Amino acid sequence: MSAPACTWLGRSVPRLEDGPLLRGLGRFVDDIRLPGLLHGAFLRSPHAHGRLTAIDAAAAEALPGVHGVLTYGDLRRVLTCDRIPLAMPAGAIRFDVDPFVLARDEVCHVGEPVALVVAESRAVAEDALALIGLEIEPLPAVVDPRAGLAPDAPRARLDCPDNRVAATEAAYGDVDRAFAGAAHVVREAFNLHKGGGHSIEPRGVVARFDQAERLLTVWDSTQMPHQAKRALVRTLGLAEHQVRVVAPDVGGGFGPKFVFHPEELAVAAAAMIVGRPVKWIEDRLESFTATVQERDQHWTIEAACDAEGRLLGIRGDLVHDHGAYTPYGVALPYNSATNLLGPYRLPAYRLAISLCLTNLVPATPTRGAGRPQGTYVMERLLDRLAERTGLDRAEIRRRNLITPDQMPYRTPLRTRDGKAMTYDSGDYVECQRRALALAGWDGFEARRAAARREGRWLGIGLANYVEGSGRGPFESAAVRVGPSGTVVVTTGATAQGQGTVTMLAQVVAEVLGIAPERIAVVAGDTNASALGLGAFASRQAVTAGNAAHAAALAVRAKILQVASAWLEASPADLELVDGRVQVKGVPGSGRALGEVADALAGAPGLALPAGVAPGLAAGVDFEPEGLTYCNGTHVVEAEVDPDTGTVAITRYTVVHDCGRLINPMMVEGQIVGGVVHGIGSALYERMLYAEDGQPQTGTYADYLLPTADVAPRIAIHHMESPSPLNPLGVKGAGESGTIAAPAAVASAVEDALRPFGVRVADLPITAARLHGLLAAAGGAAP
Amino acid sequence: MTERRSMRLTVNGAVRTAQVEPRLNLADLLRHEFGLTGTHVGCEHGVCGACTVLLDGATARSCLTFAVQADGCAVTTIEGVADPDGALHPIQAALARHHGLQCGYCTPGIVMTLLELQHDLDGAPIDEPALRRAFAGNLCRCTGYQGIVDAALSVLNAGAAEPCPSPRPDPAGKGHA
Amino acid sequence: MKPAPFSYHAPTTRADLLALLAAHDDCRLLAGGQSLVPLLNLRLAGPAHLIDITRVAGLDGIARDGEVLRIGATTRQRRAERSPLVRAAFPLLSDALAHVGHVATRNRGTIGGSLAHMDPTAELSVVALVADATLTIESARGARTIPFVALPTGPLATAIAPDEVLTRIDLPLWPEGHGWGFAEVTRRGEGFAVVSAAALVALAPDGTCARAALAVGGLVAAPARVGEAEALLARRVPRDDRIAAAGEAAARLPAESDLYGPEAYKRHLARVLTVRALRQAVDRARGGVRD
Repeated sequence: MSAPACTWLGRSVPRLEDGPLLRGLGRFVDDIRLPGLLHGAFLRSPHAHGRLTAIDAAAAEALPGVHGVLTYGDLRRVLTCDRIPLAMPAGAIRFDVDPFVLARDEVCHVGEPVALVVAESRAVAEDALALIGLEIEPLPAVVDPRAGLAPDAPRARLDCPDNRVAATEAAYGDVDRAFAGAAHVVREAFNLHKGGGHSIEPRGVVARFDQAERLLTVWDSTQMPHQAKRALVRTLGLAEHQVRVVAPDVGGGFGPKFVFHPEELAVAAAAMIVGRPVKWIEDRLESFTATVQERDQHWTIEAACDAEGRLLGIRGDLVHDHGAYTPYGVALPYNSATNLLGPYRLPAYRLAISLCLTNLVPATPTRGAGRPQGTYVMERLLDRLAERTGLDRAEIRRRNLITPDQMPYRTPLRTRDGKAMTYDSGDYVECQRRALALAGWDGFEARRAAARREGRWLGIGLANYVEGSGRGPFESAAVRVGPSGTVVVTTGATAQGQGTVTMLAQVVAEVLGIAPERIAVVAGDTNASALGLGAFASRQAVTAGNAAHAAALAVRAKILQVASAWLEASPADLELVDGRVQVKGVPGSGRALGEVADALAGAPGLALPAGVAPGLAAGVDFEPEGLTYCNGTHVVEAEVDPDTGTVAITRYTVVHDCGRLINPMMVEGQIVGGVVHGIGSALYERMLYAEDGQPQTGTYADYLLPTADVAPRIAIHHMESPSPLNPLGVKGAGESGTIAAPAAVASAVEDALRPFGVRVADLPITAARLHGLLAAAGGAAP
Repeated sequence: MTERRSMRLTVNGAVRTAQVEPRLNLADLLRHEFGLTGTHVGCEHGVCGACTVLLDGATARSCLTFAVQADGCAVTTIEGVADPDGALHPIQAALARHHGLQCGYCTPGIVMTLLELQHDLDGAPIDEPALRRAFAGNLCRCTGYQGIVDAALSVLNAGAAEPCPSPRPDPAGKGHA
Repeated sequence: MKPAPFSYHAPTTRADLLALLAAHDDCRLLAGGQSLVPLLNLRLAGPAHLIDITRVAGLDGIARDGEVLRIGATTRQRRAERSPLVRAAFPLLSDALAHVGHVATRNRGTIGGSLAHMDPTAELSVVALVADATLTIESARGARTIPFVALPTGPLATAIAPDEVLTRIDLPLWPEGHGWGFAEVTRRGEGFAVVSAAALVALAPDGTCARAALAVGGLVAAPARVGEAEALLARRVPRDDRIAAAGEAAARLPAESDLYGPEAYKRHLARVLTVRALRQAVDRARGGVRD
């Protein structure tokens, strides 16, 4: 029997992206040079809230090298509408607050763009910024969402009657009865901060407008070029064929580059007005004050269980800091609320959610998108209940885990699209069991004791999570083979480092029997794919992967049909190997794919092969049936220095199940990166504001990202429970690492300090904060 | 009247001249005057490390170095690291093998930092904690650093060190030219 | 994030440097630039003139002159860190330098630049203070020397006049066999210190402290000597209870809250780190290996 065709799925194929990036030959937005290129810089609000009363640009306009100082009124002349229509529909939103392209008459956060200078160089543009006279009448600012909901709170926006921009709830079952009959109840308040996305490449836009053809080309460091195009078409009054948005190499996304920001429109409009191409590259100070963030949630919550530790109900309130605009609806806190359930059976639940407008940068998803907070709350509550019931923390979880025989498990909650939140597959019990075994949970007390003898304080913690991934409604991919034999995949999916190109090449390689490196993938260009969404919700392997898979299958069917006639063999007796279609087991017997493509490309006046439609190509818009749920367990060991409050993570184990693996190496890269991002949320990352809304952490010396020396080595074990919801059986992996990390780290830190009586509730767990907890608990080692 | 100064430096072995404003930093000179866009700019305040280049053989933040300060110096950028025949430097190849890069934006700075480390180690082995400290000045948001660590260990502990691609300051330490 | 325009001067002789300083009012000195250039990029500083002193002959170099280690102000931190002379004569400096920034910033950053910037958390300032460093400051008006303790005048402010330049740092050497210790706490791994402490101890043959010096940085705008602890240790055996008492003395130093360290936390760290640094120093002085 001949060897099967080389299979590409499930193999750690080296990435196709790496070569140019390693040589410094990537092409990021700031690498783009165009003739006549001008440079933009934004004047930004120095106040968190105020009335904009005057802008005097005369001195700035007179500066040599300045080509224009544009304000709201200047840009409005080329726009179709006053505000940028961004709002994602959400019934719970009481008032949609879309931003202006530049502030019109009110500034609502420090860093909000007020004017755009276009000049010969960025340096000259910044010189001009200093010459603009800006008159702002300061107004009281709302910084803390809890204070913002008080009846006498100042209004964060003059155009909204109050600050409660949305109120919603996640609720089912008779939760009050559950509490009435409970053996144990625990209550806790959690003040959770989640840091920002912080891609190392900031945002950036280059826009060129061809006046003759009225053709706008925008190179944009975005996760969502098709959405950016839609926004530009709508706001600039151009037709779809007149706008092209290209996301070239993008230096990380992590959520913020999902959102269409005012600068993307302002730079495009400026290029139209000035008549020259314009580049704006966000500097790091701007990214701290103008790029959307994730920030604060305040939970007041209680949990009830029976005498055996089985959960009966959870109820409470969530106050969410929403920021000054609403580009993302209620998605963030709703993700938090729904992800709280995790892999557990929860009979009754009621969470009242209030979203408060604040005079801060809008809060929108960053990696994990609200889920880490929901998971954190559930896992901390389980730790509290374990303590109350005297159960081991792993055992109380085991008793509440959904079992494999319950799959698919339909929760009483609904997802954002109104469908029942249903876990499609997975073995959560086995996942936790393996994680405990691999991490040596049972042997930990010996390690703890040994460390104590050396004067060190070790703790262990764990957390389970699920993540709804692969969000729809669809993603597009097309596969075409040219007469040259080249296979080209075009897609609406985008790449910010996830390995999208390699992933899609592997999927298509598997079907067409051709090595991935011989497949070209064009992603992130609206001219290459008519439809598309892009990168969010850990979705692209699920949506684009299955789209490419289906398209490749259609192309394969055509190849077999044509070759069947040529080779006088049944399609069942043919195989695709190394770029050729041939009779099974007869190498060299067949024809190159290029020849099939050539025949289907047609020749003037001549007939195509009988019964075959023109072109060796197929396009598919894959619509997932519903979210597919990946899951996992993290086990963390941490050493805490009670004298300084410093935490060091000493061991980290992840068992992860994202269904069928396409490229295990890349999945592991996603998980490790996500975990370290989550460790940042747990221990270091904190965007601080003064009471007047002035940001206090505007550099990487103040706002701390995790570095190599504090990142632990992470051991990963895969389980593969294929998703029944898509032909490839895949689930998302991009965000999952972040989701459990803060919960697992907190559990370990608290465990290390258990003899001191310290309870960890708030995030991040900075050394200063932990010292405060130690001091409050009595401080001294027993 | 904008002051401009003439300067001359060696970039990846080739002599280059430029007329620069004193406020132009070395990163912008390399990227926007010389078209060497492999050196990336991430923070412009010296913390992220993406803009790291070798200046007379020693790592420097090109965002904290004015171009005029590099007058007379030899600069090596990521574009000068692979062999002229196209073969990747072992550190670059290892980064691909161990999935030590994702978006690739921080990668050039990390490669330059590891090249200097390799030179400084001069064949001596390094353990993982020391390695992690050695490139703690390079931020990466994608990888969680593990692939970079594995790649670096595989090269640095493989045996004899590769030669550094540009000359080092003399060990007696005459300092900056 | 681009600096405002400035004129750039790169004198090569001391005389030219001092003349430039005398001639220009609104100027800043550029050495390694690792602290200044971020301020320029952020436009938090915008001098009309920038005088690059790294090309001035004779301002760098490390030499031992009798019982003094002389370090030229423009000596790169990395060079001093790797200097066998420094390692042998003043190992505390070698150890502390390893905590300053990262290799890439130490390659550029200078000894004098760090001291003259007077960051409240700078490791080198703590070393200069504990070591009773003497600074040579020059101008067209002449040269003067001041003890390091007279340098700081406030947050990021020093006694160096606008027309002056710090040219040399002299560290009086401690006797051979002295012990040294350095300890710091950062908010994250290799990074800026919240609080740091340095200790030097010389023991007499009978095991008593012939000399002890202790300094803590990060509590207020400038580092402070822990004089009370030094007095407490003088001519006494540095027993554990005395080391603990030294820590208590450090915890009584003035401290100010900032964004990352409430006053109470900083005082606590002063205690913990003083004990750690002192214990290291004592162990080394005794020839022990307890570190």
